[in-house]
Amino acid sequence: MSADPNTVGAARAMMLVIRRELCLSFRRPEQLLQPLVFFLIVTTLFPLGLSLQLSLLKEMAPGVLWVAALLSSLLALDSLFKSDADDGTLEQLALSGQSLTVIVIAKTAAHWLLSGAALVLISPVVAVALAIPPPAFPTMLLSLALGTLTLSWLGAIGAGLTVGLKRGNVLLSLIVLPLAMPLLIFGAGATDRAISGTSAAGALYFLGSLCVFTATLAPFAVTAALRITLE
Amino acid sequence: MSSGAEGLCIDRVHVWRGDRHVLKGVSLTLAARELLHITGPNGTGKTTLLRVASGLLRPEQGQVAWLGRPIASARAEYHSALAYAPHEPALKGDLTPLENLGFMIGLKRRVQAAELKAHLVRTGVGECADLPVRVLSAGQRRRVAMARVLASRAPLWLLDEPFTNLDRAGSELLSVLLAEHVNAGGMALVVAHHDLSIAATLRRLELA
Repeated sequence: MSADPNTVGAARAMMLVIRRELCLSFRRPEQLLQPLVFFLIVTTLFPLGLSLQLSLLKEMAPGVLWVAALLSSLLALDSLFKSDADDGTLEQLALSGQSLTVIVIAKTAAHWLLSGAALVLISPVVAVALAIPPPAFPTMLLSLALGTLTLSWLGAIGAGLTVGLKRGNVLLSLIVLPLAMPLLIFGAGATDRAISGTSAAGALYFLGSLCVFTATLAPFAVTAALRITLE
Repeated sequence: MSSGAEGLCIDRVHVWRGDRHVLKGVSLTLAARELLHITGPNGTGKTTLLRVASGLLRPEQGQVAWLGRPIASARAEYHSALAYAPHEPALKGDLTPLENLGFMIGLKRRVQAAELKAHLVRTGVGECADLPVRVLSAGQRRRVAMARVLASRAPLWLLDEPFTNLDRAGSELLSVLLAEHVNAGGMALVVAHHDLSIAATLRRLELA
């Protein structure tokens, strides 16, 4: 590439993609809100169904929180590449002269901001309903942030593989959920340790390494999956 | 005839779709100031040929070269010289034409809204520039897609049935734009069913 001032670098392209994704989803706020409301409802169903045994609730809280977070992230995933593939925009993105991997990274980052980060922000409300003590909140928030980011990457692989299918939603869950099991184990583990007041560092480090691992390898896998879909 | 090193050169490409042998050794060359009109009955692989030419579809055999280099080895460079208008307009319904173009062209080069607006005015949809695309008619969307091709400043245009949904004035405008593009040194590969009457060097390739 020459040093033409008109050329668009990868950073600027990523910014454009993220801005477009945010703009698109704020014009359809219901798509943004549905997974979050689902998360809220599922987690509040448990205290209602479990009678008023605080000790039981406290024990189940990390598992409930994490399973609900996992399922609500799946709801948001379907739209990650699907609408772009359906209206032909994905082809235009692939032919834009920008690296498809860069576009995939930006799209997934925007997706995390709109689904994962939003979920992390509302999780304290859910934590109160599940009787998680406030001193455990920082660990819980950190573990959810790492976990949802990893999930966005895993989900992007699933979404890339199923984007060409008419009803790929169930298959997407079947691909992503088994891969998300380590997240559930260590995420719920970290939250559990924080609730009981012991150090959650080990589980958090593991979540962190999973996050770095998926963030470095997944973009290439997603790009390859999308290229196959485009053929 | 061109040597192929100055433009697009498709060399004996074969494409299978499942059991169907869609493209059976199609070759073509396209040099500057040339328009190649691809015709043929339905199902003969016209769109497939265009997708092969764009690099979206990799042929099982044969190769596509741009300026003498296989496109697989210079993908980014080729794609920044290319404007592909597929059969569907490929616009986001929730965004306005101006936002759609601003994003797509913005990925290719830095561009001002005023310039994009001028292209939309040229293709006759200037007054719709700030409406969401979903309220536009099919013909207006086609015109917005045309404005995107114009704004890309790409030397190579790949157009798939660009006259669909256009009214008579729109078809005439498109013919004029194609002639201007080709006569200014550009090249175009156009899939269209009806005869083109364009004041430029026109060749025809019939797929069977």
